[in-house]
Amino acid sequence: MKKSFLLLSGSILTWCLIQSSCFAYSSDPKQFVAEIVNEAKVILNSGDSKEEKAKKLSEIALKTVDIKGIGRYTLGSKRKDLTSEEREKYDAIFEKYFLKTFTSRLTDYSDPKIDVVSSEVINEKYTIVKTLLLATNKKPEVKIDWRIYTKDPNKPLIRDLIVEGLKLARTQKEEFASILSANNDDINVLFAKLEEFINQ
Amino acid sequence: MLLERIKTLSLLLVLGQFLVSTNVYADEKYTANECFEGVSRGVLKFNMGLDKALFKPVAKGYRNLPVPIRVGTSNAIENLRSLLTLSNNVLQGDWQLAGNTAGRFAINSTAGILGFFDPASKMGLEKKSREDFGQTLAVWGSDSGCYFVLPILGPTTARDTVGLIGNTFLDPVYQITHNTEVMNRSYSEHNYYYYKGTDAVDFRSKNIESIESLEKNSIDFYASVKSLYLQNRIQKIANEEISDKTQDDSDWEEIDSQ
Repeated sequence: MKKSFLLLSGSILTWCLIQSSCFAYSSDPKQFVAEIVNEAKVILNSGDSKEEKAKKLSEIALKTVDIKGIGRYTLGSKRKDLTSEEREKYDAIFEKYFLKTFTSRLTDYSDPKIDVVSSEVINEKYTIVKTLLLATNKKPEVKIDWRIYTKDPNKPLIRDLIVEGLKLARTQKEEFASILSANNDDINVLFAKLEEFINQ
Repeated sequence: MLLERIKTLSLLLVLGQFLVSTNVYADEKYTANECFEGVSRGVLKFNMGLDKALFKPVAKGYRNLPVPIRVGTSNAIENLRSLLTLSNNVLQGDWQLAGNTAGRFAINSTAGILGFFDPASKMGLEKKSREDFGQTLAVWGSDSGCYFVLPILGPTTARDTVGLIGNTFLDPVYQITHNTEVMNRSYSEHNYYYYKGTDAVDFRSKNIESIESLEKNSIDFYASVKSLYLQNRIQKIANEEISDKTQDDSDWEEIDSQ
């Protein structure tokens, strides 16, 4: 009985390690960011190929980033005009687009050294966690603030990265707005541009 | 000669006041209308071409210099640049920052051997962000005006272009190198352009990967550059670190995904 219990526990543990789905992140925003940073660091320092690294980083992003929320924010006021089919299509395309840009930005780094410095509660929905990407011989030190969505305090999610005060979500929002305004607010043009980027 | 310069500076101040709106700088908009988008997009393309052919290779070469030389050069440039910051600290009435800038300049120019080292930071005088006349106009209440891209110099707004011209009158380094009769010594104008060129190369060398990543991951590079430029200016004008306090984020409040 004891032996079969141990065997079962071992199998579950192995399955969890393979799937990474049993690992729950901390509910404390600062600890949550520290865990993500450490997990990403292990992947980026591994000898895996760029594609394998991108796949593993995507898995982290799917669990820790509010991709749907970022997508809706990025679309600005246009999101209110979409039909439910268009919204579903947008959510699906945006997720692919987001994961591609997210992993592409990260896989350029090898052996990043990030210090989690402090956290500041902005209101009950948001906490800003401040981190420092330490300087190397080639690159200067970079301040990165993480906007953590804490509406569900047990499941914090990343909503934005603020690099030296520059917000990535806002930048993306203004990119999308520029494409829409240059094309008579036609959402299909934005879909086409995003798909073109994904398939590059 | 001096009278001419005072006249031009007065004209710029008046021009700056034409841009004044009822907004105070804390309400700075995070977007700006385009002056002439088509032309600006073309100029940005030209700038990026020039960057690939000239600035980026030079910046990559500069990066091969030993770290202490690069850090020292960067410190020395920053020390010279702080004189323009000091003029603007005073014009903005920010005496605390002016004291910090003046103190840093005095210590780094002497104990720091012409600014090559930064002993002032170790003595508690922290390095603060640069100030320019465009920021001063914003602090005085001037709206940004429309956005466009200048050849070589890059993204700007109507206000910041007036600021660029104003900087030449407020920058002691420009005045000394363009006036042959300062303290009975002659300084060549070329020195000013060497200083500005080195500053640009130093900046570019620190941003090789980030600009590459932006180009690679943008579906509209022009819009990304515009957004980053305007966000950066808002931050610098407000002298705030956390941009949540300086930028309107009400849009996030409507997004409820939990």
